Amino acid sequence: MNDITLKVLKGEPRSVARLITLAENSYPEAAIAMKDIHPHTGKAHVIGITGVMGGGKSTLISEITREYRKQDKKVGIIAIDPTSPFSGGALLGDRVRMMELAMDEGVFIRSMGTRGMLGGLTSAVYDVVEILDASGKDIVIVETVGVGQAEVDVIKIADSTLVVLVPGLGDSVQTIKAGVMEIADIYVINKSDRPGVNQTVAEVESLVGIDCSNRDRKIPVLTTNARNGEGIKELVDEIIKHKEYLDNSKEFDIKRMKRYEAELIEIIRKRLMNLIFDESKFKDKVELLIYKIFKKEVDPYTAADEILGKILK
Amino acid sequence: MERKIRVLVAKPGLDGHDRGAKIVARALRNAGMEVIYTGLHQTAEMIIETAIQEDVDVIGLSLLSGAHMTLFRDVTKLLKEKNMQDVLVLGGGIIPKEDVSVLKKAGVDGVFGPGTHTEDIVVFIKKNVKL
Repeated sequence: MNDITLKVLKGEPRSVARLITLAENSYPEAAIAMKDIHPHTGKAHVIGITGVMGGGKSTLISEITREYRKQDKKVGIIAIDPTSPFSGGALLGDRVRMMELAMDEGVFIRSMGTRGMLGGLTSAVYDVVEILDASGKDIVIVETVGVGQAEVDVIKIADSTLVVLVPGLGDSVQTIKAGVMEIADIYVINKSDRPGVNQTVAEVESLVGIDCSNRDRKIPVLTTNARNGEGIKELVDEIIKHKEYLDNSKEFDIKRMKRYEAELIEIIRKRLMNLIFDESKFKDKVELLIYKIFKKEVDPYTAADEILGKILK
Repeated sequence: MERKIRVLVAKPGLDGHDRGAKIVARALRNAGMEVIYTGLHQTAEMIIETAIQEDVDVIGLSLLSGAHMTLFRDVTKLLKEKNMQDVLVLGGGIIPKEDVSVLKKAGVDGVFGPGTHTEDIVVFIKKNVKL
């Protein structure tokens, strides 16, 4: 086991931060460290928080974290913001709402850009969850980018998924129900001081009623006001209850298996893409094939067969 | 794959003027960097703690209250204590000429006052950052 891995297992913040950087940039050292890390993971409760843009997710996470800290739990937070598809840069501003946690040694916050991933997460998020877990965090919170409809990947990584909405969305509850409204373990209607909160609760509850008729657990709909802490204690109680529910059902193992499936797919996808499009031995071949497709000398399916054939050989 | 440059843009001290910091943050993002913005009223300790967790390559400090001689040097002093001198430190805001050389001696690698072209900051970072 190398030095950085040992320090991560001791929870040393700088090594945790450095290993995250290595993983995020797909450095070979990261893959080596992650092999040693894996046996030390699986203890942390992973909470995914998703929901509409401007729903107050970051402020809510700050409050949830303070509640867990009262119970002496160590918390890791992964805050994901979109990477610009044009410049490749990102403005990561979620920390602004978590300022009070900055000096708490029991809290580790990492901001990440999506770096081209769709679905609300970022490619290295699986590694980062494992690193924070192995570093001794009891709770790992993943904040996705603000979602519209199809950004539902958070369920691949979270044990408990919170969908955050705000009052007065009205029809937008309807518009997001297709994807995002199907993934919640707990609904949170934040900014509960705003008008229309009862109506939103009623709308969501009626959706839940339709959805969970064949489940053994009714999905709770809670209201919070993260600004003044209202409803936070109740929310955390509900999250803990959900964890207990998972522990006592087969669902937990299924969720974890699904996470590892998603992680495995992501590692293979990254390596394959890297092999085909970045490594010099295929690059010329790929460029030539693209040109041939353009010239109608070959079709895209035959070209794909040819590339895959070369790799699998 | 090229490693992305990560920059912390921080506002130490008590002034609430963050337009400059936000413009610089945007310019760096548009140059392909990942920019973490902390918000206002940061202490040197908060800035260092954030820099550690976010594993940034660059810290950009913005201050318009005139307290830069104290607060910028608090940051560089802490960086030295934590053995983090490989992090590039930039200062911006209303900084009199005569203070610049003192700040540079104290470990502020670049000082950018009013009228700076954002492109100059991008070039400076790309030239001097240690990845």
